Amino acid sequence: MTEPEIYASLTEVFRDVFDDDAITLNADTTAADVEGWDSQAHVSLIVAAEMCFGVRFRTAELERLKNVGEFVSVIAKQLRT
Amino acid sequence: MEQLEWLPAHPDFRGALRAARDEHDPAARLRACVSLANYNRDFVVTDKLDRLLQTALAELGAATKLTAARVALLSSHTVDHLTPALRVAGVSRRLAVSTHVAPYGMYRQSLLGDDPALAAFQPQFILLALDGQDVAFDVPLEAAESEVDHAIRVRVDELRRLWRCARERYGAQVIQQTLVPVTPSLFGSFEALVPATPFAMTERFNAAIRSAAGEDRVLLLDLAWHPIRGSSALGDPVRWHQAKQLVSPLLAPLYGDLLARVVAGALGLSRKCLVLDLDNTLWGGVVGDDGIEGLQLGQGSPTGEAFLAFQRYVSLLAKRGIVLAVCSKNHLEVAEGAFTNHPEMALRRTDIAAFVANWSDKAQNLRNIAHLLDLGTDSFVFVDDNPAEREIIRRELPEVAVPELPEEPAYYAARLSAAGYFETSSFTADDAARSRNYVANAERRSMAEQATDLDGYLRSLDMTLVTTGVGPVELPRATQLLNKSNQFNLTTRRYTQVEMSELVTAPSSIGLCLRLVDRFSDNGLISVIIARQDPAWAGDELLIDTWLMSCRVLGRQVEAAALQVLAERARKRGVRALIGEFRPTPKNSLVVQHYEKLGFTPAAAPAGASAGATFWRFDVASQSVPTHFIQLSEQA
Repeated sequence: MTEPEIYASLTEVFRDVFDDDAITLNADTTAADVEGWDSQAHVSLIVAAEMCFGVRFRTAELERLKNVGEFVSVIAKQLRT
Repeated sequence: MEQLEWLPAHPDFRGALRAARDEHDPAARLRACVSLANYNRDFVVTDKLDRLLQTALAELGAATKLTAARVALLSSHTVDHLTPALRVAGVSRRLAVSTHVAPYGMYRQSLLGDDPALAAFQPQFILLALDGQDVAFDVPLEAAESEVDHAIRVRVDELRRLWRCARERYGAQVIQQTLVPVTPSLFGSFEALVPATPFAMTERFNAAIRSAAGEDRVLLLDLAWHPIRGSSALGDPVRWHQAKQLVSPLLAPLYGDLLARVVAGALGLSRKCLVLDLDNTLWGGVVGDDGIEGLQLGQGSPTGEAFLAFQRYVSLLAKRGIVLAVCSKNHLEVAEGAFTNHPEMALRRTDIAAFVANWSDKAQNLRNIAHLLDLGTDSFVFVDDNPAEREIIRRELPEVAVPELPEEPAYYAARLSAAGYFETSSFTADDAARSRNYVANAERRSMAEQATDLDGYLRSLDMTLVTTGVGPVELPRATQLLNKSNQFNLTTRRYTQVEMSELVTAPSSIGLCLRLVDRFSDNGLISVIIARQDPAWAGDELLIDTWLMSCRVLGRQVEAAALQVLAERARKRGVRALIGEFRPTPKNSLVVQHYEKLGFTPAAAPAGASAGATFWRFDVASQSVPTHFIQLSEQA
């Protein structure tokens, strides 16, 4: 899966979780940019992304997921291994 | 883990959600949401569905057929992410659930102290969800069994105090979640032989909770017992360390459904009748083609044994009070012949209260069965191996529960059980006798058709009406009947056991439980009547708060006999008049003339009466009750 493909799929996950088809993502997107992205929605996002990509984030990785760029790089890394 | 596997997969769930969102009429939007709630769904689409559902419910207010249920979740871990799935599962089980989550870890404060937010919410149900970390026992690993038991008793006693607070402070029915073991084993298979291991203590604690719950009329959300305990999404340490979630969002749809079915069961909304197809559902093969000797049923073949096991499971359901019916495309004689002539049948023809085998469409046949049994189709579960028949029923009769059936008959019983259609909040001897009563009713009906004069028929039934108060013994069954009676129900007031108990123990109240025995059977508890003082009426008048009766004893003059009992008790108390109230609902038009027929005279509605309600007066000193042929017997 290429990075743009991951972005495209992750965008769908975000739109699904936040129920907002207008969401667009880039590497710098953070919780402050998306309405409703609170700590609870964050867990839902992570679990939905795990479901979508067939990966499991490790606790050490979870701590790094502060913006979308980190999300994508962690997913890409897991998909490579 | 696979979850909600009894719900069919939707070909385009998100598309249907979008279409529902564009629906302007909130009633149509609600219908679409209820329909989608009955499809298989993961937590993401369940959350989306909940948002849409809430818009429809908010616009409609009380104008829905769903039963309102206010559920407060008090927990020692994070549960906010589980509430959307609870609300969605609610509508799939005919509930409009609203939820309140107390701040996490604050359950003691909420129950022992003052929690204005919880009080304002007026919870009907309080779920108390604890976890192993919260209920840590301070007992050394080498502690003796007696020390362990003492530590457990201390915790259970504390829990019981909390339950009492929930009842007394908030008038709520408590649902206690059992503890899920999360600490990995220390000793392996030796674990349970060391009384103070976390695992052994959790087991003992749960056993103690279950027995205390039985005594205190607390309901259980028994996660520790349910197959859900085996899921890696329950007690996932990653989710725990990240967000103090005991239940992962992944498992929210199932968790929500488990809780919704407990609430639905307590409110009398569980299913009552199991309607079964025959060919390839109760036996392998097609009896019309293969003949009785060609059917796969019983010992000798794995398939035959699988079908037999399913029949045995169904027969156990009948023994706990689920009414059985057959709906099959077959010649009646051929279908019944299999029941009487196949030596391996576990189910008997006499177990089946309504047996319909013909070539008409099954939707019409289900309506006929409902009529035969005096039950609503919304109390039906329809089990058929044929996907086309299942689809037709889902489309024609969306209120009927139609589980997806696996291809493999060996899994039929587990699937039916997993769907949780028959959750209950009590089990009594009356329940156990119910299926037999439905069969006896069918016999009575055929006798009534033969009798030429009604009085002669009624006399020949040798009926006795047995009256008791609403004491601790009667309370569970009386509450159950109160919450599920729709047609013969004058006021359709719903009470939890707690509310009911308060109501009938007031010194001025009269609570009656009535059983009808006749020459065919003991019909069990068939009527509940509660009369109480009401500020809108004079001090020597009693308002009949609740009068309901099971429809299966209609036309037997039970109403007149019951009024005689009530009037006599009232007279002894110095009551001058009984005030009848009729509150119309879409389902109770049957009893619109109830009080008029019993000789009550119209009375003016007091201020603040509910819309459309009519009021009636019966002077207990001067008026007499209509004739009946029922003997009266009073028990303490």
